Amino acid sequence: MAYHSEESIRNLEKIARGLRLKSLEMICRRGAGHPGGCLSAADIIAALYFHKLRVDPARPQDPDRDRFILSKGHASAVLYAALAERGFFPKDDLQDWGKLDCHLQGHPERLKTPGVDMTTGLLGHGVNVGAGLALAARLNRKTYRTYVLLGDGECQAGIVWEGAMTAAKFRLANLTLILDNNDVQLDGFVHDIMPLQPIIDKWKAFNFAVLEIDGHNLRQILEALDEVEHIHDRSAIIVAYTVKGKGVSFMENSHEWHGAVPSAEQMAQARQELLAGA
Amino acid sequence: MTRLFQQAHPDRFFNVGIAEAGMVDTAVGLALGGKIPFASAFAALLCYRALEQIRTCVAYNNANVKLLAGYAGVSDFKDGPTHHSLFDLAVMRAMPNMAVVVPADGPELMALIPEVAEYRGPVYLRISRAEMPRLFGEKDKVRIGTGRVLEEGRDLTLATTGIVLHRVLEARRILGRKGLSARVVEFHTLKPFDEALACRCAQETGALVTVEEHNVIGGLYGAVCEALSQRIPVPVLPVGIQDRYTCTAPDPESLWDYCGLRAEDIASRAEELMLLKR
Repeated sequence: MAYHSEESIRNLEKIARGLRLKSLEMICRRGAGHPGGCLSAADIIAALYFHKLRVDPARPQDPDRDRFILSKGHASAVLYAALAERGFFPKDDLQDWGKLDCHLQGHPERLKTPGVDMTTGLLGHGVNVGAGLALAARLNRKTYRTYVLLGDGECQAGIVWEGAMTAAKFRLANLTLILDNNDVQLDGFVHDIMPLQPIIDKWKAFNFAVLEIDGHNLRQILEALDEVEHIHDRSAIIVAYTVKGKGVSFMENSHEWHGAVPSAEQMAQARQELLAGA
Repeated sequence: MTRLFQQAHPDRFFNVGIAEAGMVDTAVGLALGGKIPFASAFAALLCYRALEQIRTCVAYNNANVKLLAGYAGVSDFKDGPTHHSLFDLAVMRAMPNMAVVVPADGPELMALIPEVAEYRGPVYLRISRAEMPRLFGEKDKVRIGTGRVLEEGRDLTLATTGIVLHRVLEARRILGRKGLSARVVEFHTLKPFDEALACRCAQETGALVTVEEHNVIGGLYGAVCEALSQRIPVPVLPVGIQDRYTCTAPDPESLWDYCGLRAEDIASRAEELMLLKR
């Protein structure tokens, strides 16, 4: 397994902080968006786009590129921030998010935004579409890998488990799911609204290899992403325990910040806290 | 039907079980990976259960997925109304990016399959389970988006789509015995619709009856009226299922009779139409 230097970890942590801040600024500017889920996914997105994914911003349609599906499409701001930072489109575009003529939609859209591999937003599609992409790779003898980031609330949707069965039946080892397990959904705790426990046993029962990590620990994220490449007989899911609203004290672990917009004062405090975390 | 494909191409056949929604999304993944997937299921399940997947991931996402909707209309006579699809054409026609193709018999289906495969973009291909007389030749050329004049006529046009064509031809014979000359036009593509042909029929015969194994709302009747209303408004009367649910039957013929799709029903509608014609 590759060794990840302290320096590279620190660098990714810095990028993740930048993505958090940029997401919140975008949401503030637009007056709409989903801060909680962006903050919980930021470290995973940083690890994927700034370390793991074999993608080339100059060739966003390269048939050999790794694929990434943000199945929890409401975290679009953090994805857009990452794509812009990676150079898929100018960073200035982020300022226009939500405007009528902007290529950045409320939720990610494949046909409009360079670097977006799948249109998402309504929850539950990622696992099945990812399974199809993984099957296509096998049929076409391609070596790309497909990564799907889904939310734990999303796993309440039955179609997620249809996709899980498909991935298991065809032993799609080139498909990796990452579960942003923050236990908070739009109007409350996942464990109250529709409990998913025992979630680990569920995925194991669906014949997935299951890894458990702290979804805010970049070393653990990188090591898990490395480890799944050595699993050759089945799909893997990395269950990443996360905190919704991570990094901003008043947003953490609260459903109120699923789709709310911070005020100018709140944004100032959030900025201060995120920068102080450096 | 799918079993035959499985036997011929086991390496290109993926059965995902009783999971139409997941199947559609998996097909989307295959399409994004460069394949041309045909996703096959009962029309009633494909169109109604997997509708959101079709809207979001196939049509909106403009994925090159072909939806093979079998057992359509009331052709699954013995399984009853739960298994009938009476407004699938209305739903699919109203969906941007979706082409809608409805063959009338086996040879026409055979001719259309390569066309559907080569067509760039989503296609809803509606096929029947009923045993039908063969009306077309094996080598007939067909092109998506073009209707066919099967019989010439002066006094009115009988426009039809799909499996009830043989009844339309019989109605033409009844009308002929009454001294009326009816043109018979078959539209195997409801979208993109051959508006030019519909307008030419209106111009040349002055009135049309539409005949379809579908609700009279939103299918062929809708397509014809939408095409004519702005350019050449002439009387158009529908023969089809009168905005109601159906019933179980011992065979498709008696069910079509029950639905008001007898050749005599078509002929009497045509005579009614002649009274409206200026």
